[in-house]
Amino acid sequence: MPAQNPEAPMNVVTMNQISKTYHLDAVDVPALVDIDLEIRPNCFTVISGPSGSGKTTLLNLIGCIDQPNRGELVVAGEAVQKLSDDALSDFRARHLGFIFQNFNLLPVLTVEENVEYPLLLTRMAAAERKQRVATLLEAVGIADKARNLPGQLSGGQRQRVAIARALAPSPNLVLADEPTANLDSHTGAAIIALMRTMQRELHVSFVFSSHDPKVMAEADDAVMIRDGRIENIVRRAA
Amino acid sequence: MRTLSLALRNLLRNRRRSLTTLIAMVIGAVTILVFGGYARNITLSLQTGYVMRGGHLQIQRKDYFLYGTGNPAAYGIADYQDVIDVVSHDPVLAPMLAVVTPTISLGGIAGNYAAGVSRTIIGTGLVVADRNRMRRWNDYDLPFHPGDTALTGTAEDAVVVGTGVARVLELCGPLKVPNCPGRKQTEAAQGAAAPAGAAAPADVTALAALEARPKAPQNEARIELLAANVHGAPNVASLHVVKAEHQGFKEFDDMFVGMHLAQAQRLLYGNEKPQATAVVLQLHHTSQIPAAKARLEQLLATTLKGEPLEVQDFEALNPFYGQAVGMFAAIFGFMAVLIGAIVLFTVGNTMSMAVMERTTEIGTLRAMGLRRSGIRRLFMSEALVLGAIGAAAGVVVALIVAWLVNHAGLTWLPPGQADPVPLSVRVWGETRMMFGTAAGLVLVAVISAWWPARRAARMLIVDALRHV
Repeated sequence: MPAQNPEAPMNVVTMNQISKTYHLDAVDVPALVDIDLEIRPNCFTVISGPSGSGKTTLLNLIGCIDQPNRGELVVAGEAVQKLSDDALSDFRARHLGFIFQNFNLLPVLTVEENVEYPLLLTRMAAAERKQRVATLLEAVGIADKARNLPGQLSGGQRQRVAIARALAPSPNLVLADEPTANLDSHTGAAIIALMRTMQRELHVSFVFSSHDPKVMAEADDAVMIRDGRIENIVRRAA
Repeated sequence: MRTLSLALRNLLRNRRRSLTTLIAMVIGAVTILVFGGYARNITLSLQTGYVMRGGHLQIQRKDYFLYGTGNPAAYGIADYQDVIDVVSHDPVLAPMLAVVTPTISLGGIAGNYAAGVSRTIIGTGLVVADRNRMRRWNDYDLPFHPGDTALTGTAEDAVVVGTGVARVLELCGPLKVPNCPGRKQTEAAQGAAAPAGAAAPADVTALAALEARPKAPQNEARIELLAANVHGAPNVASLHVVKAEHQGFKEFDDMFVGMHLAQAQRLLYGNEKPQATAVVLQLHHTSQIPAAKARLEQLLATTLKGEPLEVQDFEALNPFYGQAVGMFAAIFGFMAVLIGAIVLFTVGNTMSMAVMERTTEIGTLRAMGLRRSGIRRLFMSEALVLGAIGAAAGVVVALIVAWLVNHAGLTWLPPGQADPVPLSVRVWGETRMMFGTAAGLVLVAVISAWWPARRAARMLIVDALRHV
């Protein structure tokens, strides 16, 4: 298990000998093999690798929406494998934010309601909730669309809403699976810039998967993964 | 943002499918309510008819109900006037009572000897003024207006007969009974082809002429009524038939003879102290039966314990009523179950489609931290909203359909009624039926969503997010 420096801030994610195998009919397909990884707090971490290398599986495990077959996983100081399903749901609601490739906004809710939804899960008081939503929408530059439905927004605007939604409960960690894959390069760059800005301003860790070399260049830490194994980790000063 | 608001918005996502489901629910609700209203109208019509004729409760001599009709003279209530006084002045019963009246039922043979015909009958002796008040009882505002009995204002020897009695006794002419060919005409038609019989000898014909009674005037209908008196001896009264009235049921119509109470008492008891075979109690409302019956039983055990008496309610006296109510309840229940099953599968299918279409959304919500129970609640709330809207719309449409039927001018002949009455569907005012149907539909809708909701809640998050 990688040693933790007692002087340094606690890692937001610690993976020790994590393995994940999918059972497809009679065939076992190893997705991750003996992964040791630490995600530093307040860092912009990119996981990169070819298709099928295990990026999404790694993000799913970090995001506590999937369980490893083997190994130890600690997220935000919590050994998440020991939590019940309900406790894990509560944990995700308070400590994790998700940004999806297809935005995954709730189409029947307005922009502000989409951002408000995770706050309802944390039972935040109404007044505080409204204030938090307004601040976030202002921060991601979409305040003027607060009453619009997602269907009335462009892809870039939707992803801004998704970023605001992910940041709403003040999570320790935001996970994004190829967040710019469905955006043009200009919009994608703007979204990456926004995420970077929010990460720095709100002191939150971002972990996302991407193939984009520009994104890799922007990251504090870059994790290269291939065939379910970590090939290389490049860490820069945060 | 509340769960129900979110449920409503989700239902509006696929308006056509939600509308189709709602229409199925509305049709179901309308079917149940309109049939229920129709059945309710029939049972209330029956009840009203029975209560008009025989009241809600009858005080009878013990075992009269089982054996007394064969020997009414032996099962009379000797001090029936005391019974009436006690009941009428009882502080508990008095506010509930509409009419308290004595009655006599007797069996006998009615004959039109001038025509040489007779038949067995069931006679009813009644107090005309009381019966007229009983015929005005209409607690459910039904379109029944029977008016006063034909015995009103008549002499003591007047009687009313069923049209069947009039037909058999060949009184159709003077009583102006429609659709009633004379027996002789019929026999003449049947015997036209038969060979003529030999003529009777002249001396026999002369003897028969001497024995023949003087004929009543052509426009007057008279019958002779023979009944056994309290000592078993035959007693005969010559009675003036004022009217023939259809009695609803053919069996009853063929035997009914209604007369003044005093006349019936004279037939049964002669010059002895008159009795009654029952004291009839008509209450203001049918719902008062249990309370009134309980109080009567108290009185029979205390103040009126001098005679062995018992109380019968109209359902016991008229078993057909209970059978009709039971039959309609069974049909209603069968229809409700059938429609419930249709709604169950319709809503279940709608919710299953919704779960399938929103699989990615389910994954997203779970990833964001919504518990499995939250997912279940989400879909069950949608079914609840769908059920509530469908039930409410169903009740409203049923009320409209009922109004249209009630104002369409249709008529029908209810069982036990002599004349056609307006066809009526009783939905408005039947609060229990309306709320029961609505609540049942909502419940079925929620139950139908349980399985799809459970399936949604148990999805693996990563599988749900991968769903295309």
